[in-house]
Amino acid sequence: MRTLNDIPVVEALRVLADLCCDDQIVVTNQGSSRIWPNLRRRSLDFHYNPSTMSGAIPLALGLALAQPQREVLVVSGDGSLLMSLGSLVTVVGSGVTNLTIVLLDNGLYEVTGGQETPAARSAVDYAGLARAAGFPSSVEFRDLAEWRAQAADVLTLSGPRFVRLVVSTAPPESLTGSTPTLAEQLASLRLSLSNELTVSHSAP
Amino acid sequence: MFTGPEIESVFAELGITHVVWIPDTSIGPWEASLAGSSRLRLIRVCREGEAWPLAAGLHLGGQTPLVLMQTTGLFESGDALRNVLFDLKLPIYSLIGVRNWLVPQSRDTAKTFAEPILGAWGLNCQWIADPADKPKLAEHYRRCRAAGIPGVALMAEGAP
Repeated sequence: MRTLNDIPVVEALRVLADLCCDDQIVVTNQGSSRIWPNLRRRSLDFHYNPSTMSGAIPLALGLALAQPQREVLVVSGDGSLLMSLGSLVTVVGSGVTNLTIVLLDNGLYEVTGGQETPAARSAVDYAGLARAAGFPSSVEFRDLAEWRAQAADVLTLSGPRFVRLVVSTAPPESLTGSTPTLAEQLASLRLSLSNELTVSHSAP
Repeated sequence: MFTGPEIESVFAELGITHVVWIPDTSIGPWEASLAGSSRLRLIRVCREGEAWPLAAGLHLGGQTPLVLMQTTGLFESGDALRNVLFDLKLPIYSLIGVRNWLVPQSRDTAKTFAEPILGAWGLNCQWIADPADKPKLAEHYRRCRAAGIPGVALMAEGAP
């Protein structure tokens, strides 16, 4: 059930943006891809739009498998996750430990105007679903102060990790920021990954 | 068509690092060879729509994935394919088993719509329709890689 005390989504993401380390890959999509660039810009950020709904978690999983020396953080909406709940099983089955899924749960298809998801009026236990799929670390937060206080520790729990944040809808002005074009992002991401791979391969 | 050891050898010699799949009855017998390979890794997805973005992430991360599924999965995963191959413009190669292609009397729509749909997408396709065609898989893969484009090998299958 939604309440007026749900975590403001921009502040929820600001906590993550402030905690991101330089060599971490961050994948956002849908609403989060419009908010994140206003908070922080890094060459290892990939704002996956235009995306295919439910594609962000598998794409991040591919990056995590390809770059096991690096942490990968993916921010997904609840509508996207509902389209492919099996992706939670795929993540665990793959054996990755360097992946964190952050679910922004507002019960809505936000970018299409705020229609309810099928889960909006029920109490779907997403963190419980992740635990049942085999995630060793699965937590949820409904309070911004608690999220702020515990986020750093949560991101160091055994991976793969699943974090459900019960959030409010985004203020319209937060969804209007400019995002680099897909071509620019792909070029930047590839360059950053290849440069750093070269460095890591040549290190003694 | 291919045995498990044959297909593992072809994939490995092409430099494929990850095979992202959902098996069918023709592809399924390759599991032991692909899962047991020391030269590539088999990644199992729950739904074909996961396979394309997962392969995209692998590709962006510097690996060389191949997507392997049946035509039914190709149809199911159309939007994911569209996004990865056309929005992201990633040259992901796939091997698609065409169910019932080798059964002339079959009216299986999984066979009927395979070519028209791939044709509508304008994807570069290569049929592997009988054992004599097997070398064409590697040849086509190398041509697509050299051109930096996605490609699809269509492998004729019998009845499930």
